[in-house]
Amino acid sequence: MSGATEHTDTKPAARVRSRSLAADLLERYALLAVWGIVIVVFGILRPDTFLTTANFSTIFGSQAILVVLTLALLPPLTAGDYDLSVAATMGLAGMTLAILNVNHGWPIVWAIAAAIAVGLVVGAINGAIVVLLGIDSLIVTLGTSTFIAGVVLWISNSNTISGVSQGLIDIVVVNRFLGIPLEFYYGIALGLVMFYVFEFMPVGRRLLFVGRGRSVARLSGIRVVRLRWGAFVVAGVISAFAGVLYAGTLGSADPTSSLSFLLPAFAAAFLGATTIMPGRFNPIGSIAAVYFLVTGITGLQLLGVQTFVQQLFYGGALVLAVALSQLARRRDAAAAG
Amino acid sequence: MEEVVPPRLEVSNLSKSFGGTQALRGVDLSLLPGEVHGLLGENGSGKSTLIKVLAGFHDPDEGELLIDGERVRLPLAPGQFRELGLSFVHQDLGLIESLSVLENLRVAELASSRSRFGISWRRERKRARETFQRYGLRIDPTAIVAELKPVERALLAIVRAIEDIRSVGAGQGVLVLDEPTVFLPREGIEVLFSLVRDAAAAGASILFVSHDLDVVREITDRVTVLRDGVLVGTVVTRETSEATFVEMIIGRQLAKLGDVEHADMTERRVGVSVKGLSGSTVTDVSFQMHEGEIVGLTGLIGSGFEEVPYLLYGARSARAGRLVLRGHETDLTRLTPAAATRSGMALIPADRKTDGSVGSLPVVENLALSVLDRYFNGVSLELRRMRRETRALMQEFDVRPNDPSLPYGALSGGNQQKALLAKWFQTEPRLLLLDEPTQGVDVGARQQIFGLIRTAVEERGMHVLCASSDYEQLSLLCDRVIVFGRGRVWRELVGDDVTKERIIEQSYEAMAAEVAGVVA
Repeated sequence: MSGATEHTDTKPAARVRSRSLAADLLERYALLAVWGIVIVVFGILRPDTFLTTANFSTIFGSQAILVVLTLALLPPLTAGDYDLSVAATMGLAGMTLAILNVNHGWPIVWAIAAAIAVGLVVGAINGAIVVLLGIDSLIVTLGTSTFIAGVVLWISNSNTISGVSQGLIDIVVVNRFLGIPLEFYYGIALGLVMFYVFEFMPVGRRLLFVGRGRSVARLSGIRVVRLRWGAFVVAGVISAFAGVLYAGTLGSADPTSSLSFLLPAFAAAFLGATTIMPGRFNPIGSIAAVYFLVTGITGLQLLGVQTFVQQLFYGGALVLAVALSQLARRRDAAAAG
Repeated sequence: MEEVVPPRLEVSNLSKSFGGTQALRGVDLSLLPGEVHGLLGENGSGKSTLIKVLAGFHDPDEGELLIDGERVRLPLAPGQFRELGLSFVHQDLGLIESLSVLENLRVAELASSRSRFGISWRRERKRARETFQRYGLRIDPTAIVAELKPVERALLAIVRAIEDIRSVGAGQGVLVLDEPTVFLPREGIEVLFSLVRDAAAAGASILFVSHDLDVVREITDRVTVLRDGVLVGTVVTRETSEATFVEMIIGRQLAKLGDVEHADMTERRVGVSVKGLSGSTVTDVSFQMHEGEIVGLTGLIGSGFEEVPYLLYGARSARAGRLVLRGHETDLTRLTPAAATRSGMALIPADRKTDGSVGSLPVVENLALSVLDRYFNGVSLELRRMRRETRALMQEFDVRPNDPSLPYGALSGGNQQKALLAKWFQTEPRLLLLDEPTQGVDVGARQQIFGLIRTAVEERGMHVLCASSDYEQLSLLCDRVIVFGRGRVWRELVGDDVTKERIIEQSYEAMAAEVAGVVA
């Protein structure tokens, strides 16, 4: 993931500056603009169903879990690692919570703490294997993801466990602020915290260098091992938090459905990297990307298109987003010589 | 003198601008058959742009290209240069590291092969062996490129390019070598020279682009010099003095090289000592550095000197060794770069692009990386102060253009290196480790870099250790030079002995002694 640089003999400043401010702004906010257009188009086509508070409340509320899971991907991605186990970890955390709370009668607060702890352990194990043994993160987390999915089936006997405490359900989906379930605000708050850490704290800058130039980071005295490991642990904890929200939303935990969140989360993370701060995985962009994708899908469904459109949309968006970010990076590299 | 044959390649009145900047302005260049033609100029003089026009990468604003007297339409289509008999070796060599030598050698042919099946690898191997034999190289066609030494890689890339133009027809073609000697040790340069001379003798024209004035003066017949995108002139090499070349390149006279005073500082207080250092090549090396002293490490490639800075910094693991830095002793087998930075060390690696900086990120972020905590007030990074202070720092180190928000990779080689010095000088290191500090840096910037290092040593009492195989650089910068042979210290040169000639002589003697088994 290193930026290609080449020795250059042309006057570089002019070449970089030749990209106008307008082009820069267009790139930053193109996704938001397209989002706006999508809303207008569907608003015109289906004014009575699409342009309703109920619809937007659903769009914002129902996707909070995807927002949180997408945010979980960002620390490892920024550090140059893939974590494919986030969705499975979310499932494991949700299932742990449900089993302890429903089957063993744990108070909900303790069940939540246990679920978060499970995420932390998974992250620590992922990080240890990747960093200490020096194995490619893609392979490691592909393996641990499948392994965790197996564990979930095992501990649940492949059954859905329902009857999670109403207290959790209340603070996740039932209670609303401005008509939108509270979970929406949890996702936004987490995104803002992460934005602050990435932008305004030294650790965020260091993480960026770990991802872009591992050797540069190491020789600059950054503890690369610790940061990469830490990124996996944070990913595990945030995934577990997503699992808690998922259990709170459904009031239950089922053994398999969480896995379907993986691809949308990657699609949103990569699409998010093309906006707000183009070229960098960024929380605000990721949140915008999630809601852009969901708005499109919801609109199409209201037009009567069948549910398979969801897969077309997410799959297409992932490939398109990666293609766009590659093109942007190539352009930057060319500008750099 | 009237020319009977037309030039192999003739460029006239070539201009190219990027945005508001004129990278080339009415440049002419002609290559005669069988000629080795040098192209000189500082970073930013337009050399690369000219080459990229020839490779069909840039579309010029105006200008003509004639090949063997025939006009060729510009811009060239991608890959068209091949049909015209042009072949390029760029600084990055363009080899695929994970594939074998043979596959790399035949890649162009395989890509454009008309018969789509039935490659006889046995026949190809035999052909490759014959090819290498013809050039007097011992390279195994079945070896994986990643396992080759840097020298062998460079030579492979050049042989491949020569073979490409040979396939066009005997005695034709133009070979463009862009900075081919940057990563080559002296022995490699000799082999490169004989390859180039053979190709020229067979009638090919060679355009030789380099920063290294010595190399250019040795190998070329004529030289074209560019400055700020303008043609300064084309001269016959053996009729032109070094001073004239330097003046043509930088547009002014340089303080005469070689007039450096080498003070003997070995009587001063010892600030740094290295005891019993062993790494992958060096074995049980000990030496000391005195207050205010710049110490050079050198030797031939493979003698082990090049790993010493990395071992001292904890970037590669040492088998044994201790470092005493101003009274504080460190076990080098356990040292990490993070601990090294904290104890007051800094390393400026030879490979700026992969180890020194991230080209796609802004200059300000690259420079602030080493001192991030300074800009953190406990709550938030003070980004505005970071930009302001970085701008001041860039001013102090004469990094141009002085724009902290530019991507680091957009700076020229010399400016990148000055920026790296700035990055580390702000940490106020007590021991600065340098590996090839002026590689790929133009003459003017090189002088500036030497000046910055000298000032830091005198004013801040920094200790500087410089590993390099550029003997002239060592003679200009260092007070004392330690010559390595077979992983051990062979000789120390101090005072008046610190000359390019003495360093070369001792490096080769160390090797000769190696062969004789005297160094044991």
